[in-house]
Amino acid sequence: MALTRKAAFIALAAALAAAGCTRSDPPQSASASRPRKPPPTYSHDPYPSTYHRYPGVVTAISGATVFDGEGGLIENGTVVLADGLVQAVGGPDTAIPEGATRIDGRGKWVTPGIIDVHSHLGDYPSPGVEANSDGNEATGPVRPEVWAEHSVWPQDPGFSRALVNGGVTAMQILPGSANLFGGRSVVIKNVPARTVQAMKFPGAPYGLKMACGENPKRVYGSRNQMPGSRMANVALMRQTWARAQEYKRKWDKYERDGGEMPARDLAMDTLRGVLAGEILVHNHCYRADEMAIIIDMSKEFGYHVSAFHHAVEAYKIADLLKANGICSAMWADWYGFKMEAYDAVSENIPLVHNAGACAIVHSDDPNGIQRLNQEAAKALANGRRIGINISDEIAWTWLSFNPAKALGIADKTGSLKAGKMADVVLWNGHPFSVYTRPERVWIDGALMYDANDPKRRPVSDFELGQPGEGDVK
Amino acid sequence: MKRFVTGAGALLLALGSGSALAQTVAITGGTVAIGDGSEPIEGGTVVIRNGRIVAAGRGVAVPAGAQVLDATGKWVTPGLVAGFSRVGLIEVDAVNETNDVAANNSPFSAAIDVAPAINPRTTAIAVSRAGGVTRAIVAPGTAKSIFAGQGAVIDLGNDMDAVTRARAFQFVEMGETGADEAGGSRPAAYVLFRNALREARDLGRFSAPLSGGGSGERQARANDQRDFPLEDVPDSRLLAPGATRPDDVLLTRFDAAALVPVLQGRQLLLVHVERASDILQVLALKREFPNLRLVLVGASEGWTVADRIAAARVPVIANALNDLPATFEQLAATQSNVARLRAAGISVSLGMINDEEARQVRLARQQAGNLVAAGRLPGGTALSWGEALATITSAPAEAIGMGGEIGSLRPGRRADVVIWSGDPLENSTAAEVVIIDGVQQPLDNHQTKLRDRYRTPTEGDLPKAYER
Repeated sequence: MALTRKAAFIALAAALAAAGCTRSDPPQSASASRPRKPPPTYSHDPYPSTYHRYPGVVTAISGATVFDGEGGLIENGTVVLADGLVQAVGGPDTAIPEGATRIDGRGKWVTPGIIDVHSHLGDYPSPGVEANSDGNEATGPVRPEVWAEHSVWPQDPGFSRALVNGGVTAMQILPGSANLFGGRSVVIKNVPARTVQAMKFPGAPYGLKMACGENPKRVYGSRNQMPGSRMANVALMRQTWARAQEYKRKWDKYERDGGEMPARDLAMDTLRGVLAGEILVHNHCYRADEMAIIIDMSKEFGYHVSAFHHAVEAYKIADLLKANGICSAMWADWYGFKMEAYDAVSENIPLVHNAGACAIVHSDDPNGIQRLNQEAAKALANGRRIGINISDEIAWTWLSFNPAKALGIADKTGSLKAGKMADVVLWNGHPFSVYTRPERVWIDGALMYDANDPKRRPVSDFELGQPGEGDVK
Repeated sequence: MKRFVTGAGALLLALGSGSALAQTVAITGGTVAIGDGSEPIEGGTVVIRNGRIVAAGRGVAVPAGAQVLDATGKWVTPGLVAGFSRVGLIEVDAVNETNDVAANNSPFSAAIDVAPAINPRTTAIAVSRAGGVTRAIVAPGTAKSIFAGQGAVIDLGNDMDAVTRARAFQFVEMGETGADEAGGSRPAAYVLFRNALREARDLGRFSAPLSGGGSGERQARANDQRDFPLEDVPDSRLLAPGATRPDDVLLTRFDAAALVPVLQGRQLLLVHVERASDILQVLALKREFPNLRLVLVGASEGWTVADRIAAARVPVIANALNDLPATFEQLAATQSNVARLRAAGISVSLGMINDEEARQVRLARQQAGNLVAAGRLPGGTALSWGEALATITSAPAEAIGMGGEIGSLRPGRRADVVIWSGDPLENSTAAEVVIIDGVQQPLDNHQTKLRDRYRTPTEGDLPKAYER
């Protein structure tokens, strides 16, 4: 039943993506029909990933309960990791390569690494002093030209907490929600690094952070600037998309036909990428009625919303979200901190899932990211209490596969399938229990955390020489 | 009182709301946790009479004529006590008109008393109650002074009498926030503090002599259950028309008067500090003001000076899961802090200090569970399960001087009892029956009604507005 729903969702998403392609007139197909060299253009990847996987050993975990991340459950399961990839996932008869490091997983659980689609680690790092506060370019409501990666401080100690306490192996770092167009996000592997480029998830598409509702109208309305109302939020977004369409037409034509290179506009580059289907929209939005308006706007201008973030009222329009193939990234039980969070319910996640829409557990918080598994557990239990019976292994899709889909990396990670990245957590108990913690975490098959080995516990530059350096946190 | 029916609680509804006060009720067959740090007891019995606990534990006889509630397969604990909160002061944080935590434009500070602002009908009270929280320690927030004002202990019952103890404590900020409120530095905060107590002392000198106070040794006792005359007799004696004051005063007379009981040790002083050196400075204030009855709030770096806190016999109300150097005063933060303080013999309870403290006190049990989990990590320091429950029941009650009244299932305490679907520290568990002062409480609220309306999101023959 659940698989059927999921299959339906994937088909729908693919159909929408295909529709996006016909709209966007990819330049390469046009240029392929022309003999002359394409005109010089700008790089779409000027700050490329330099991430490389760290060395790992052939590893076989056996006897564990395995959630494969796509809804599958294997009792007494075996998971084999080698060359950075999941090699095999199966029952006790799964072949274990000669010389593999064997791990007794009896009484333990193995899952794909958790993926948080909504983090501000690095751009709002610890310590949260003004000098480090780099997450909102709140100097204008339309700032698609800023890129979160240019704010990310790799030494944020929060990354290591998310790894060792949270089992988080990848995340999307977003600009904040002060602006209608907040800027580009970056998807990273949760590995400590000297540079953000060395964390960037290879091949992950960029995201565009957008925001509707209270935040933009409050930030700018209080300065007597547009937008000061929800209607102005929408007007300014539409005006901007109209400009982006014009920009895209110019550049598409230039890249197809040559001629004089159009003026570069970094803000419009990002929006052109969205309209071309290269950049995925992540839209901060709380209220059901506003999400419905955003959906219409996306159709008006020809793009697709990958996920609504926070989506506190997603449960009110779960049917609409399903029909439009939009994920909802949600908290388990946050409510009431502002007006647009007033109608939160603790069953939002299971209600959205139950309607056949894509549900994701997200954090938006450097503490919450350390317990996303617990947030899923609470939501799951709350759903069961109103008769929504979702199995544990299906609920794990909220933590890895669905976020991977929303980020456009589900072909690479987010589930334990042979050939995918070996982003794996071994939990010392049931991962939905409050008493459980990650015991080991692998990223691309490299052991990046081992609870039993203090040398496998990352300590950021900032924490060296400080009280509590290297402590169990 | 309105009627209510919940699925899980239906079998117990014979208890009835509003009618339980005079009844004898025995809750039988459940796993009973007293809340005093002891481990849970399978097959225990809890007996309630006249709104108080009569007995709880194994082998407790069911009195003749008692109404029996079968809690087989369930867990039974005292209602949870929110150790530091702002429950009842806020409806929506970012809607200023509904937020009574701090008064940015008030001329007053220490004199501010949160009790009149407590609204028993705030959504957070109903939601927290449904989460098994039955009492809360409610503090005001600072605005333009290090002194926030006087906090209260409240119950979360579905009635209009929320305040259990008004003016239970004075709350003061002495760390980074205090430095900021004092004008920009920690030394400014300390001189402001000293001056304020000096003005209180001067004011006291001009007014009628007061009982209370006492020797330093007496004050060094753990905060006990002594009566607080403040609850019924505010500081009006200090406001007599004849009382004159010196010229060099900073505080209003009301604020100075409010600090007299703090100076005399008749009112607890809750002090928020996080940094180890700040903790030691606060403890040192007792040399200068020996009657102060301190409770440390926050204390993220407390574990690094645990021996000193233990020697001062000062209780701590801590954020459970701070483990980031979120500020420069929390560099040593770790989820092992609470357990390390406890291991040093310090009374520790969980609070939500400037973090979801108005709405999410129901999460304290998840936090407590996490403190148990650390025991399975090499190098981690953990609480036992019973100690973890105590951090959200008896320990906050004792810290605030009300351990004889609330926070445990020991005989004589108010009958605040929760029956849970399972282990109350586990993520999958929910409160099924909540009893406050012997009265079973409704568990529905804005959220549960929205949930029920949108159980299927599509509309029927009429719009959703007609579904309820």
